[in-house]
Amino acid sequence: MKKLRILSLAMTGALCLSLLAGCGGGDSGTSETPSGGASETPAAENTGSTATGAAFKIGGTGPLTGGASIYGLAAQRGAQIAVDEINAEGGAIQFELRYEDDVHVAETAVNAYNTLKDWGMQISLGSVTSTPGVATSALNYEDRIFALTPSASSPDVIEGKDNVYQMCFTDDNQGSASAQYIYDQGLGENIFVIWKNDDVYSTGIYNQFVAKAEELGLNVVGNATFTEDTQTDFTVQLTQAQGSDADLIFLPMYYQPASMILTQADQMGYAPKFFGVDGMDGILTMEGFDTSLAEGVMLLTPFNADATDEATVSFVTKYQEQWEETPNQFAADAYDCVYALKQALEEAGCTPDMSAEEINDALIQVFPTITFHGLTGDGEGITWDATGAVSKAPKGMVIQDGAYVGMD
Amino acid sequence: MKRLATMKKSTRNNLFTYALVIAAFVVVQALRVGPGIGSMLEGQLIPICAYVTMALALNLVVGISGELSLGHAGFMSIGAFAGSAFAMALQDSVGLSPLRLALAMVFGALIAAVLGFLIGIPVLRLNGDYLAIVTLAFGEIIKSIATNVYLGMDGNGLHFSFLNDTMDLSDGGVELIRGPMGVMNSQRISTFIAGFVLVLAALTIIFNLVNSRTGRAIMAARDNRIAAESVGISVTKYKMIAFVTSAALAGAAGTLYGCSQTTFVATRFDFNTSILILVFVVLGGLGNMWGSVIAATALTILPEALRQFSELRMLVYAIVLILVMLATNNPTLRGFFTRLFRREREGADAGVRAVKGGGGHE
Amino acid sequence: MVFLNYLISGIGLGSIYAIIALGYTMVYGIAKMLNFAHGDVIMVGAYICYFSMSGLSAHFEEGSLAAAVVPALAGTVLAMVVCTVLGVVIERLAYKPLRQAGSLAVLITAIGVSYFLQNAAQLLWSSSPKMFTPILSRDLQLSLPGGLSVSALTILTVVVCIVIMVGLTLFTGRTKMGKAMRACSEDKAAAQLMGIDVNRTISMTFAIGSALAAVAGVLYLSTYPSLVPTTGSMPGIKAFTAAVFGGIGSIPGALLGGLLLGIIEILAGGYISTQLQTAIVFAVLIVVLLVKPAGLLGKVVREKV
Repeated sequence: MKKLRILSLAMTGALCLSLLAGCGGGDSGTSETPSGGASETPAAENTGSTATGAAFKIGGTGPLTGGASIYGLAAQRGAQIAVDEINAEGGAIQFELRYEDDVHVAETAVNAYNTLKDWGMQISLGSVTSTPGVATSALNYEDRIFALTPSASSPDVIEGKDNVYQMCFTDDNQGSASAQYIYDQGLGENIFVIWKNDDVYSTGIYNQFVAKAEELGLNVVGNATFTEDTQTDFTVQLTQAQGSDADLIFLPMYYQPASMILTQADQMGYAPKFFGVDGMDGILTMEGFDTSLAEGVMLLTPFNADATDEATVSFVTKYQEQWEETPNQFAADAYDCVYALKQALEEAGCTPDMSAEEINDALIQVFPTITFHGLTGDGEGITWDATGAVSKAPKGMVIQDGAYVGMD
Repeated sequence: MKRLATMKKSTRNNLFTYALVIAAFVVVQALRVGPGIGSMLEGQLIPICAYVTMALALNLVVGISGELSLGHAGFMSIGAFAGSAFAMALQDSVGLSPLRLALAMVFGALIAAVLGFLIGIPVLRLNGDYLAIVTLAFGEIIKSIATNVYLGMDGNGLHFSFLNDTMDLSDGGVELIRGPMGVMNSQRISTFIAGFVLVLAALTIIFNLVNSRTGRAIMAARDNRIAAESVGISVTKYKMIAFVTSAALAGAAGTLYGCSQTTFVATRFDFNTSILILVFVVLGGLGNMWGSVIAATALTILPEALRQFSELRMLVYAIVLILVMLATNNPTLRGFFTRLFRREREGADAGVRAVKGGGGHE
Repeated sequence: MVFLNYLISGIGLGSIYAIIALGYTMVYGIAKMLNFAHGDVIMVGAYICYFSMSGLSAHFEEGSLAAAVVPALAGTVLAMVVCTVLGVVIERLAYKPLRQAGSLAVLITAIGVSYFLQNAAQLLWSSSPKMFTPILSRDLQLSLPGGLSVSALTILTVVVCIVIMVGLTLFTGRTKMGKAMRACSEDKAAAQLMGIDVNRTISMTFAIGSALAAVAGVLYLSTYPSLVPTTGSMPGIKAFTAAVFGGIGSIPGALLGGLLLGIIEILAGGYISTQLQTAIVFAVLIVVLLVKPAGLLGKVVREKV
């Protein structure tokens, strides 16, 4: 027994040593973001020149491993493409991007954020998902590091923080916009909601949707929930919806559970209208998904990978070349974030040798004044108010023949 | 004579553990005041203290009392929710934040202890893997319930609702627990010093318990239930004492953790977290408190230190975990270390050859 | 009507839990270890089947009988082969060196293996969800009187589940290897003295358990088609619960436990609350274990004095 203890001490000691070594390595190497497929990115060439302060260091956290990693990886890749483009152009503003893994946990996100801070992050891309986003945005506020999050959509992320901005709609906005849209277009008589009750995103939209629906006099006939643990079988939820004669089911959730709901509804022979939110985007490009199941599904989304404008086509092509996947709205939002930052930095006249706090103060002044044109939003452009909330037109889309078609 | 020797050894061990914790605290504090330890490590100090306390608490159940619990994150969850809500509710009446934290920890520990007692009644009637699965079940139930609790406070007092938010707070009301959205702390009142004090308190409680009549009864029940019963030890009672103490410590650790985070949600305290804490305990050695301290610290920092591997990070973590488990249990390696240590001892004290093989006695 | 609908989908879900639980129970009964990596073997099996099916289906004429049967069958067999090899390799590399160590050390190693498989899968196959093509078309429905319909897939699942259970019962009861397994589960040292190769027996158990996991993976994903690297972990835990529910180590117990768990899960969601679905399942488990401390069909082991 004693030997065992001594041995385990030795092992843990070795572990600690390797940890210390790891820390040292982490500090000295400005480790380029894991860019996998893109072997020789322009950003990599820039790494050497960072010491002279030639590039802005932007950092973000997101789930790069684990169950939610699809969102984090998409954001990371989208942002990386934007950074590569900007650096290749060789203009006055150059970026160095680093994403750290937060596994969709607030505590780990704080660690990831601190790692980025130690690295010398000057501008932050916040967090990709909401719960970690609330934690890191509080630190952004305290440390005076400006943040523009691509997709952490909870209103708590920006509330009371003058230097945290969102590129996506807040959940509240989406909830009420969806209710308004359904009301305006007269889409459904009896509305049923299926939402994920252990998820901040889904809960936020649901609450606001119900409040707005009540205000408008929409008839919400019922709701049913699921959790991370039970997001496989939706028989119960769909049977309840069917039993309450719902002709429209509102799905405030990401596309993975939504794809299951569509499949199982089809199997039951139940065909109400389905209405989704921006998280639904991605369902058409899901590998192996039979897009005929999504026929007629409506959703509000700011991004459409099938759009034919030049910017979208170029982005989607690059993304597909590098990652062999079609980008979703997370990637597009992150891509837009980088360009919006570029525009704001140009207008504020910031230089990479400025401290994070100086950049922060400059950006707070500039951001509410700019109008940004990107992949997301329509021709009107994207604006922000001083609270950090974005204003861009949500587009109503309906899926026809496996592609989005504008609804208006 | 032999008894004296064992007592001495355990005292030595305990003193070593205290010394280890205090020395680590002093070094870290000195570094923080002086050159600084970097934001990454700085931000992890309080979670490390919370995990160390969790590991100690679980070690009391798994190592000392010999029952495998797979749901300890549940107690941490209760402590985190109850403690944070309590601290926020007291924000106006108790101005001094360390005092508020202390009160919250006591409250969190108390609630967890009551729950531990209630859960202990059915759980401790079972044995082995069946006991393990029931603790797992309770952990999952706590998670589901905590996801659906809404608690708020306004001028009219406390409001509570379950499954749906029907609290209808008046203006100026505070939402303390917000169902699936978890807790949003208005202030982060936990400090590293509070964490250190909690770890020391946990050590003191555990060592005093283990070295008392009660502790010996607990270990007797672990080693041979039937023999213990035959000499008049009420096995269930003593196991319950260990279980409730452990739950209370876990609750306090949860409060410390909860009050250190801007936000946390119930799903944070899931099966994986329970398992993570079990890994600390097993790696540190069952019943070995300083082992738990070191393992909890090392394994909390490890995933962060592996960030240089970027996407391979968690893969490397898994490999390290497997290799460490294999290495610590490898007879050849163990034999090697045995020989190594024996040679050292022989070198230092060549005269005592006669004690050869003495290491086996223990 | 609604009740029967719930019941049917409960049985479908339960049969899948049962197949996974059978694998759990086999391994537990012989190796006395909780193999938490079992759920991730399911995931690996599903991925293998997914890729071989999408690779093969291109070679067949669409709509022909061959296109419906060959890729599905080949994919399943390939998944079973790969998982069997994987299971044996995991056992040799990670668990065998710990044969003499405490059960907790093995448990932690199993968790390490589980993390490893999930993360390796993410690196190999990316984390974006893949829509699994069912091995039997979802359109094949059997209509019952009263407007009920049962999908052919559900029927297949139940049939496969029963076949496996009967097969395993016969195997452990009648064959030499099966008897060796039972001997090992009773007393390893004594079995060794009787000339049984304990290591080989344990490897064999892992091989069977992993092959079952592959079958379970294919069936699970056919019914619930979204495939990601973490797909296996929840059914893994549920099946572990099911195995304990029925009495861990008992083959009919795993079947019973799996079926009951699936049915309770669906009914609890349907009639009580979808929010508390998981909580109710576990609460029922606790109550059952309090009444029958060794599970429904588990045998109570007398403690030796």
